[in-house]
Amino acid sequence: MSRERALENPFASDAENIGRTRLIGRLFVGVCFASAMVGLVALATLLVDVFLQSRGYLTWEMLYYPPTQLPENFTGGHRGAGAYPMIVGSIFLIALTAVFTIFLGVGAAIYLEEYAPDTRLTAFIEANVDNLAAVPSIVYGLLGLAVFVRWMNLGAVLLAGALTLTLLILPIVIVSTKEAIRAVPSSQRNAAYGIGATEWQVTRDVVLPSALPGIMTGLILSLSRAIGETAPLIMIGAAVTVLNPPSGPLSSFGAMPMQIYEWASRPQDEFHQAAAALIVVLLAILLLMNLTAILIRNKYDRRT
Amino acid sequence: MDRLTRWVFLSCAAVTVLTTAGIIVVLVAGSLDFFRDVSILEYVTGTTWDPTAPPEQRSFGVLPLVWGTMVVVVGSALVAIPIGTLTAIYLSEYASERTRKTLKPTLEVLAGIPTIVYGFFALTFLTPQIQRLFPETGTFNALSASIVVGIMIIPMVSSLSEDAMSSVPDDLRNAAYGLGATKFTVSTSVVVPAAFSGIVASYILAVSRAVGETMIVALAMGNRPQLTSNVLDEMQTMTAFMVDVARSDASVGSPGYQSLFAVGLTLFAMTLVLNFFSMWIKARYREEYQ
Repeated sequence: MSRERALENPFASDAENIGRTRLIGRLFVGVCFASAMVGLVALATLLVDVFLQSRGYLTWEMLYYPPTQLPENFTGGHRGAGAYPMIVGSIFLIALTAVFTIFLGVGAAIYLEEYAPDTRLTAFIEANVDNLAAVPSIVYGLLGLAVFVRWMNLGAVLLAGALTLTLLILPIVIVSTKEAIRAVPSSQRNAAYGIGATEWQVTRDVVLPSALPGIMTGLILSLSRAIGETAPLIMIGAAVTVLNPPSGPLSSFGAMPMQIYEWASRPQDEFHQAAAALIVVLLAILLLMNLTAILIRNKYDRRT
Repeated sequence: MDRLTRWVFLSCAAVTVLTTAGIIVVLVAGSLDFFRDVSILEYVTGTTWDPTAPPEQRSFGVLPLVWGTMVVVVGSALVAIPIGTLTAIYLSEYASERTRKTLKPTLEVLAGIPTIVYGFFALTFLTPQIQRLFPETGTFNALSASIVVGIMIIPMVSSLSEDAMSSVPDDLRNAAYGLGATKFTVSTSVVVPAAFSGIVASYILAVSRAVGETMIVALAMGNRPQLTSNVLDEMQTMTAFMVDVARSDASVGSPGYQSLFAVGLTLFAMTLVLNFFSMWIKARYREEYQ
């Protein structure tokens, strides 16, 4: 008896009532398809809603006027209002973050892929990087507040913001750079070692040039995450209403996401619409960064 | 030259270790300051969180904040887990190659949108819609914030689960088809169980994101810490409280301000446990296929 049980077909019931089985199958595909559409519909709703709310407020003035306390300044015929200091602030912030991130992220990835011995310490560093990538951004904000703003006594300046965002995106950049370096075929490295190149020469002349497009793609995508981060900037105490763009790394600064937060948390509808307009600007910048990353990837992708 | 570059690169890698050490030192040192004024017992078991009241009345029971976070985690999981899993099944088992190649990256756009934008969407679009259905809904409410956090983490569940399902070898599917199984049975009784560890790991990572999510809850869920089961009411999460303190003028060193670090440590510990749990599940239950 037990032998017969073992040979029983686990899927036999599928054939018993073919009409019902077919119906279940069709319903299931329908439910799966509908679920896949939920995400798409949510994305479309969000974009359409933001665009509709920004109507009348998405003007060129948004790009070159300072913010205002008076809601009527946003509409035509008044003094004009925008988010010029924050847009410039965000761009400076990301530029500075990019400089630190290229150096630290690429350096760390090169060490882990090309230099590091296969020891427990290396395994620990790698696991630590994976773990850091999942730490909430607000915790990095606390770190930045305690270390850069207080301990190093920088205050809530552009440099402190850029250093905080650097630590936040560093794990993501390291992971993507490691992948780009790993994609360089080892035959190329061995050829260079074979003619007497040192580790540094191999890294500089063989690995980095051919991994560069992959490194840039990962870097730009990480920076596009950094430009939308709000919580770390709030934690380090970044200014909310700023009338002038930052004058240098040690100057106080405003940033686009901070201003969106400020406008969105006011009760008046006018400020909500101004927030929507600034969101459109932010999304446009994000789109531009992502398109650049895709273009770089497609141009240099050797597999195609 | 070679020795020098080796040291430069090693110190870059050391920055990541220093970051972890820095986070732990900052959170623990700040918390130690806080627990000099407030007993740990009160913090862990107290049911009232009122750090800004005058000294005699203030109260540091963290449970209302943990409750707010739990509401968001459960609410967003109820949205993201069913939708994300079914989307992953559709992408991996039913969609044509072309559909999959366009649908998957499009859904991943959801993960690239800044959370402040989601917060704005929850506050100015979803909440008014909910108010139309339930007029008693407050301007700030847990329902709207939880749904939007759920939408944000759909791509984490769908993409990572789809990766796990696609790596199930076709031999397993074909064996089941050979026995007369339908596509529905193959998807639910063969592919999903075979990819189970990867699917569960994606759930845990998504939940961990929901725990640490800040701007959506800070904008749309409100700032009143309370133990209520009414999701149409205002609540405060741990992250929203931290934003609240950073924006207030609480004086540095006061217990109200130092509570920032105790709450931060609690948050960090929660996400750390979830991350380790996800790694453990992946390692422990991984199915190896040749």
